[in-house]
Amino acid sequence: MEFHNKALPGKVSRIGFGLLITGLILMVAAFALDYRRAMFDYLTMFMWLLSLGLGSLGLIALEYISGATWSTPFRRVSEFLASLLPVMFLLVIPVVVGMKELFVWTDPQVVKSDAVLQGKEPYLNTTFFIARAAICLLIWVVFYFFLVRNSQKQDSESIPQYTKSNIRLSAIFTPIFMVTLTIIAIDFMMSLFPHWYSTIYGVYYFSGTLVAAYSALTLISVLLKEGNYLSSRINNDHFYSMGMLMFAFNIFWAYIAFSQLLLQWYADIPEETFWYIIIWEHSWKVVSIALFLVHFAIPFLVLMPRSVKTNLKKLKFMAIWMLVAHYLDLYWLIMPAYDHHSAVFGWQEIGFPLFAVGVVVVIFKMKARKTNIIPVGDPKLESGFNFHL
Amino acid sequence: MIGKIKNKLKEVNNRNLEQKRSDELYAIGALFDTPDEIMDAAGKTTEAGYEEFDVNTPYPVHGMDQAMKLKNTMVGKTTFIFGFLGTTAALLMIGWMSGIDYQNIIGGKPFFAIPPAIPITFELTVLLGGLATAGLMLTLFNRLPWINNPLHDTNYIKQTASDKFGLVIYAKDKNFNIATVEGFLQSIGGKSIEKINFFEVREDRVRTPIFDFKFIALLAVVTVVTAVTAYGILRYVLFLPPFDFMWKQEKVLPQEKSTFFADGFSMRPPVEGTVSRGYIPYEYQGLPDSVVTLLANPLPINAEVLAKGKQRFNTYCSPCHGYYGEGDSRLRGQFPNPPSLHTDKVRQWADGNIYHVITNGQNVMSSYAKQISRDDRWAIVHYIRALQRALNAKDEDLN
Repeated sequence: MEFHNKALPGKVSRIGFGLLITGLILMVAAFALDYRRAMFDYLTMFMWLLSLGLGSLGLIALEYISGATWSTPFRRVSEFLASLLPVMFLLVIPVVVGMKELFVWTDPQVVKSDAVLQGKEPYLNTTFFIARAAICLLIWVVFYFFLVRNSQKQDSESIPQYTKSNIRLSAIFTPIFMVTLTIIAIDFMMSLFPHWYSTIYGVYYFSGTLVAAYSALTLISVLLKEGNYLSSRINNDHFYSMGMLMFAFNIFWAYIAFSQLLLQWYADIPEETFWYIIIWEHSWKVVSIALFLVHFAIPFLVLMPRSVKTNLKKLKFMAIWMLVAHYLDLYWLIMPAYDHHSAVFGWQEIGFPLFAVGVVVVIFKMKARKTNIIPVGDPKLESGFNFHL
Repeated sequence: MIGKIKNKLKEVNNRNLEQKRSDELYAIGALFDTPDEIMDAAGKTTEAGYEEFDVNTPYPVHGMDQAMKLKNTMVGKTTFIFGFLGTTAALLMIGWMSGIDYQNIIGGKPFFAIPPAIPITFELTVLLGGLATAGLMLTLFNRLPWINNPLHDTNYIKQTASDKFGLVIYAKDKNFNIATVEGFLQSIGGKSIEKINFFEVREDRVRTPIFDFKFIALLAVVTVVTAVTAYGILRYVLFLPPFDFMWKQEKVLPQEKSTFFADGFSMRPPVEGTVSRGYIPYEYQGLPDSVVTLLANPLPINAEVLAKGKQRFNTYCSPCHGYYGEGDSRLRGQFPNPPSLHTDKVRQWADGNIYHVITNGQNVMSSYAKQISRDDRWAIVHYIRALQRALNAKDEDLN
């Protein structure tokens, strides 16, 4: 059998724990120095990890309901990434504890003197916020648990029945996924500016989430392929498809971001435009232009030729690039709430992404120790290996 | 007569369409039975060093481009170049039209701005890229229409069009030698090996048929005939009987004179002195300010009137005068800023003066009589008074 479960080298754990601990130390120092700023950085990191975990669960569901076979050999990578979701229960605690620093609507004094916030109070209040976050997280973890349990049981039992029940689960999950993701995007990010609203916000975060999930899937798959942990039957067409989807969802992100801008630019209503004025003045303007270049213009041109999508080295570079771009996207969404006038960046901001990458690496390694990297019992696997464009 | 035509048609139908072939060899073809065989054969042909060869299959075979070691075509690059041309053309077009040639203020936006230009830019990029790809792929890369390909009318192409897989090695290949090629095709498992000669008329030596004079002339004739016919029908034929029954009605068309009424108008003007319901004429039209001063505000001062005045003021007046009447316009210099409403002059004005200015306009301010009803104008006057008092509040106002 060529699907021997080769253990990942110990180096991976060492790198993971190294990043985790370095990040943790820097994070603690950042919290000690400036609690409020660190809270916003923490929220950025939290949303980035959520993008990876939730987006990967979305990809698994997408594979099942669309009946895709090409991605079956890599489904475990998404499953391992989706195992970030249970960890999110731990990671969300600091956000809830530091709510008062993040969200102005938690302050009764502010709400009292603000007619708009009074109107939104039935939705934007601490109790309901925590309840929503808990329910959404619980839903994701429950679906994660059942989807992954079925998939892993298949390794030893090889029964198609598990695939069937996963298709059913995915069909139920997908609409719930869209609604819960929108709720969390609105609660955790849009309510940082409680007077501002955009009806496309949920889709905007969703598009970024899928970019991040595909980039992470591509990056890890390329790394595993280089280390020979995946089957030799995985060919360039698989990687080409990943690059293609990364490219496609990147354009989708730009499309959604532009749709929001165009409508609010045309309507020119003060309650919508004030947010654009914040991010288009002072040093935030630089970040906005950088985001356009880093998240859309450069990857659009670089990922366009076929040769880049079939060259693993270039693909790996672009996957890392897109993950950084998604972090920048979240920074641009969240940090203007900390400082309306200037984009802050210092050593405090460095520890958080390090910690986040550390968490992903450690969890991936832990999961890979117990489970096959390839879903050997899946009936779609053979067809997945034979995939050709 | 009819019999003659029938005979002529029969003659044309039974004409021998088979074209004569020359002695010059075009290619040698061989047939294979399965897609696996043809993949294997294509790989071996590449390995043997043949470069000028081709494969004909009844349906697309996956991986054939790799087996034949085909390089990426220029089609993708063509799409990119023409797409980029579309982007540039769209931006230049919109920039010239709305920024230079026909400047129009729409919602206080700049004449030329990027956001509204993006959808059109996107459309033109896709349109030009798509059309150029389809058009150039057919004409430039596939060199169509090429109706005289030597492979036509051969047993080889007939078989590959139904259920066989064919491979041809062209005579222009630098390693070509009839005996070795035949032997090679046999050695890789090819069946019914067939020599294919050129037709006597060689299209590959004449220029691309799309630039042929006859073809272009035909296109021109078709275009002119279509356009002239359409124009003639729409301009003349539709106005002839019996097609005119729809538009020939007993009514007066725009720009036409009525023959029924002596004054030539089709509609009757209202009786002199008619007023629309609820309309109260402004009796001080064009009179000097000193007369207007006598006009008193008919509305009482209460919360309802002030709220209405505030709403109307914020809608109609505040864009130029500012929310507090201080002359701080929101129009970013696209229209001159008015003076403040808190100057001594305006504060000493009677209510009637302010009403008069709203009704008739003053300097660059135009009349608002059409936009704001009479009562609303008086409500605004009350509200301006309230603003004036608020910005120059005395101590006793606080009680």
